[in-house]
Amino acid sequence: MPKEIFVVAYEGEDDKDSLLTYALERAAKDDSALHILHVLEWSPYSFLTQEEVEERHGRRKQEISRAREVILEPALAAAAAAGITASGDIRYGQVVEIIAETATRLEASMIFVGRSGSNSITSRVFGSVPLGLAQIAPVPTVIVP
Amino acid sequence: MTRIRNSAALAVLGAVAAGPAAAQSIDETINKAFADYTGWYVSFIFAPVPGTNFSWIALWLVVAALIFTFYFSFIQLKGFGHSIALVKGDYSDPDDAGEVSHFQALATALSGTVGLGNIAGVAVAVGIGGPGATFWMILAGLFGMATKFTECTLGVKYRNEYPDGHVSGGPMYYITKGFKERGIPGGKVLAVIFCIFTILGALGGGNMFQANQAHAQLANVIGDYPGWITGVILAGVTFIVIVGGIKSIARVTEKVVPFMGIFYVGVSLVILLMNYDMILWAFGQIFLGAFTGLGVAGGFTGALIQGFRRAAFSNEAGIGSAAIAHSAVKTREPVTEGYVALLEPFIDTVVICTMTALVIVITGVMQVDPETGLYMWDSEAGRIMTEGDVTGVALTSSAFATVFSWFPLMLAIAVVLFAFSTMISWSYYGLKAWTYLFGESKGSEVTFKVIFCLFIVIGAAASLGPVIDFSDAMLFSMAIVNIVGLYLLMPIVRAELAHYVSRLKSGEIKRFKH
Repeated sequence: MPKEIFVVAYEGEDDKDSLLTYALERAAKDDSALHILHVLEWSPYSFLTQEEVEERHGRRKQEISRAREVILEPALAAAAAAGITASGDIRYGQVVEIIAETATRLEASMIFVGRSGSNSITSRVFGSVPLGLAQIAPVPTVIVP
Repeated sequence: MTRIRNSAALAVLGAVAAGPAAAQSIDETINKAFADYTGWYVSFIFAPVPGTNFSWIALWLVVAALIFTFYFSFIQLKGFGHSIALVKGDYSDPDDAGEVSHFQALATALSGTVGLGNIAGVAVAVGIGGPGATFWMILAGLFGMATKFTECTLGVKYRNEYPDGHVSGGPMYYITKGFKERGIPGGKVLAVIFCIFTILGALGGGNMFQANQAHAQLANVIGDYPGWITGVILAGVTFIVIVGGIKSIARVTEKVVPFMGIFYVGVSLVILLMNYDMILWAFGQIFLGAFTGLGVAGGFTGALIQGFRRAAFSNEAGIGSAAIAHSAVKTREPVTEGYVALLEPFIDTVVICTMTALVIVITGVMQVDPETGLYMWDSEAGRIMTEGDVTGVALTSSAFATVFSWFPLMLAIAVVLFAFSTMISWSYYGLKAWTYLFGESKGSEVTFKVIFCLFIVIGAAASLGPVIDFSDAMLFSMAIVNIVGLYLLMPIVRAELAHYVSRLKSGEIKRFKH
């Protein structure tokens, strides 16, 4: 039985070498489990065209299955190969909020997040995921460079 | 129709070769041909009930709205709070995140209805029917909420869902499937008739009226120039979006339009606040005019007919278009779409149209006889005399310009964007009707889209009268068929509603946010 749960805010390919490797090492050292979480940014208040409304349900299915195949499953396989107990989830919503809410729900003891993407102009203006977590994370958060 | 199309194509080619003078006469030719071909049908649709001067079609819509209001025990009042809760996402399951939210469904449907009807349509109604038309417009909006509830619930319940996840729905689907379920014959025939009217309505109110008024506003700001120029430009951009699949343009428009709407309401509110001491007086005029006409030739019936006509044209309750829009939303409970949709006539007609009407009345652009206090009637034009002798969108524009001189330019941009977004929405409704009739093949879709673009040119070139009448006639024709379907299927909606409300009360349908 693992001692603790760490939530990994996993964006995919960019996080694979740095974030995932680090999270696996820490989990092995502390005899803890990982919850690998991939969040697809989504606002229920954005505006859609009539065609986008019609296609949304089908597109959501595609997005989830793609994220599962390309992002989540390889990460879970890497965890299994390293002998780490890991679960995973794909969610829609506001990324920072969902990560914080998941950490609370699972009573996780730490959040790991990659620094990827935080150099873009958008993230400098509107704030990146690590910056958002710094403000609202319910548990200690490690930003992996 | 083919002859009109040919003449339009020739008109464009000819005008390019012969210059502006020839183009003006070509505009007139298109206009005349248009009036000649459609006049008889327009007269039939707006024919008065024998022995009265009240058009039977307005009566048809009002009676339907009243029947639905009573049949569903004033759902627009009792369900208003629940509608707001749904739109706020209080009942949205977090596991369904990523699907179209109720807010998005409402915003998308509204971007198809909020537009010229709220700016130009209200001005036409108030210009002909006097301030009293506003009262009837508000009343028609309030009752129309029940009609929207009925049609949108049915739209979701009987839509077609395909394996790839896309959906097609609307009156043609609920009429066919619902009639079959209830053992009522003739569903297929009615559905086909509805589709024909929808296609023509999409080409009329959803296209030509929009192009026409967009041109009127541009000409008002820039100076007069041939309508076909606006038509060709608008048709070109629409073609790129709907045929070329360049969705980024549509996406940008869809995103700008809501802000334009908020901006429009904001400016109206500022004007009203600046004249806060006149608001009560304006409501007095609206109320008095509703029953006396205030010197308007048609008197109280004139106000009533104009109010009802423009309300239906603006919020589309009973027309069936909203049922097509809402049925694209993936939801487990058809009734929830009904609840959300009933907010549309409220926002569109009760709030936005009233704002326009109040601004027109308060700014005094309609001329009043100082001796009698009644409006001065221009019997030749068949409307109240206005400053600068304008009507439609130009009247709204001049009303706003009395307070903010820069407003006509902003309104011109807003009108073009509203027109464009309404056209994109209606190209979708028209296409759904077209593919119901001719199948969902690529070739059939492109044929409709090309025809749609050609009609933009005709609409921009024709003068206001024949275009606005034909547009109304087609939209109201859709309502004839749709409302017959709604009457026959309303027991199904009542059963759905009762089932939903009982689960809501028992707590089976959970509130996720408190």
